[in-house]
Amino acid sequence: MLQIKNLHASVEDKEILKGINLEIKAGEVHAIMGPNGAGKSTLSSIIAGNENYEVSQGEIFLDGEEISELAPEERAHKGVFLSFQYPVEIPGVSVTNFIKTAINESRKANGKEEMPANEMLKLIREKSELLEMDRKFLSRSLNEGFSGGEKKRNEIFQMAMLEPKIAILDETDSGLDIDALRIVANGVNKLKNENNAVLVITHYQRLLDYIVPDFVHVLMDGKIVKTGGADLALELEEKGYDWIKNEQAV
Amino acid sequence: MELKDKLLASFMAFEEKIDTHSELHEVRSNAIKNFENKGFPTKKEEAWKYTSLNAILKNDFSVFPKKDNAIEFKDVKKYFLHEIDTYKVVFIDGIFSSFLSSTTHEGLDICLMSSALTKPKYKMVIDNYFNQIASKEESLTSLNTAFSLEGAYINIPKSKVVDKPIEIIYFSTGNEAALMVQPRNLVIVGENAHVQIVERHQSLNSNPVLTNSVTEIFAQKRAIVDYYKVQNDVQTANLIDNTYIAQKQESRVAVHTFSFGGNITRNNLNFYHQGERIDSTLKGITIIGDKQHVDHYTLVQHATPNCESHQNYKTILHDSSTGVFNGKIFVEKEAQKTDAFQQNNNILIGDKATINAKPQLEIFADDVKCSHGCTIGQLDESAMFYMQQRGIPKKEAKALLMYAFTSEVTNSVKIPELKAKIARIIADKLGVNMGFDL
Repeated sequence: MLQIKNLHASVEDKEILKGINLEIKAGEVHAIMGPNGAGKSTLSSIIAGNENYEVSQGEIFLDGEEISELAPEERAHKGVFLSFQYPVEIPGVSVTNFIKTAINESRKANGKEEMPANEMLKLIREKSELLEMDRKFLSRSLNEGFSGGEKKRNEIFQMAMLEPKIAILDETDSGLDIDALRIVANGVNKLKNENNAVLVITHYQRLLDYIVPDFVHVLMDGKIVKTGGADLALELEEKGYDWIKNEQAV
Repeated sequence: MELKDKLLASFMAFEEKIDTHSELHEVRSNAIKNFENKGFPTKKEEAWKYTSLNAILKNDFSVFPKKDNAIEFKDVKKYFLHEIDTYKVVFIDGIFSSFLSSTTHEGLDICLMSSALTKPKYKMVIDNYFNQIASKEESLTSLNTAFSLEGAYINIPKSKVVDKPIEIIYFSTGNEAALMVQPRNLVIVGENAHVQIVERHQSLNSNPVLTNSVTEIFAQKRAIVDYYKVQNDVQTANLIDNTYIAQKQESRVAVHTFSFGGNITRNNLNFYHQGERIDSTLKGITIIGDKQHVDHYTLVQHATPNCESHQNYKTILHDSSTGVFNGKIFVEKEAQKTDAFQQNNNILIGDKATINAKPQLEIFADDVKCSHGCTIGQLDESAMFYMQQRGIPKKEAKALLMYAFTSEVTNSVKIPELKAKIARIIADKLGVNMGFDL
């Protein structure tokens, strides 16, 4: 589904990604772990099409189609979703109307009619219940004054509404208490099926207790230096990242 | 001949043909003298530092337009709130159009200034209100006073809640090569009365127009007035709007000014407090482009205790457009417990766009709450990426952000059809097809 080949990227002339290779198949959950500054968030931003990063080399394929030249919205229309580490506050736009606009713009881009209002309301109700969100929450301005947990729940709510092919969860566990973590993870697990895929980007193993990965990759200094199963995450949690560094040096 | 000389020369002829009582002759004569002394304002004056009328004044404006300029309703329908029933006072090239209007004398007066100024039955009201708060010093207001004859006359009696909005619309047909019009409106809202008014100036082709308008609004005790100014004119239309508002105790007056078009637009908006526990609201949205210019010059004169004023102006400037916000709050010594708030936020989209923002607070009382905030910025890039990531294309994301930026102003529009119309105009200005059902 998502294939990344020899991806190099830089921001302001500083090379951050130094040749990433990654293949995620439909139905899989992958996790990328790594120390701060390894390039984890850069990778997620680049997959989503953030223009602040320059891809100097390499390719990104979604279902066989090269997407690295596409605008962020075009990638979104094809099924790329990024749950932001720091969701942006947009005063004056309510959660409901934002998601309505997002869904209808995607439908428009895919040659479909706008979603009928009653269908939209039903879907919003269903998905907000899945994330255990208060109804009042939906009429508030997007992310404005939301707690860390509310912001992340709102991200996964949007993911549930948009039903992406590949969902990238960038540090979704940061700022979450254990209840919110459980709700968010539960939401992700319910949305998961054999036709979509999830890429979890995280510093800590905690979230992976709830969203169990098929593969864990270790990203260090712009490269994937080790790949393993769910056990690797536990090992990293226990031993930290230094042993991999040492292993690399040898 | 220069416009000033032309106006002075026209004055005598104008005065002679109007049959009115002598007090009014005196008011007019004094006004023309003041204009003669001061002339058109120039950038040398502090109040006009950022707005130059020089280029406009070079036009050879007709001062007395031709009379029979009929227009069809279907051609101008879109400028009205046509989805709902309204009272209408409509002028074409400065002349009243009975065909397009819907006036009344049943239980309230919604009619013509020319009748009010000339018919004996209105004399007492005119003596009490006409030119009572309009400035006698400001030269353009004086010029209007000297030539005041036509406009809307609205008198709402005590406790009357007007059943539908009133629209005051001034059309210019362009039948004159260049036209100057000077509408004069008088609005008196009685105790406990409530009224909603929408005012609009609209050119129907691209011949230059200069409108020098004066509106006096009197809100009696506990009156509620919602006044909306829709300025979405063609690029050759110029508007100088002088609005003077006097409020008695516990009255609430809100003026929303939507400036989306025109060449040069200057809004002089003045509030005077004449009682306690008054509430004044001044809000505005300016979205312009090309070389358009909009200047908001506001004054709130807090002269009495326990009153509030709320100002909130949002500006989005594209291309080489220029905006001015000069907000003056004056709190007199007697005006203790004043709560005055002023907010002015500006977004510059165009590289050559300019905003001059100047809050001016003069406070002579010691127990007051006055705050002001002014921001100038660009669109938030991270918000743009966030919205695009969710599938909202760049142009639409930009438009949505800008509409959201103005929402504190649009949200307080009390007429739903007007609110929808404003949203459509904004979408149109921003080049997107969105409902902004926010």
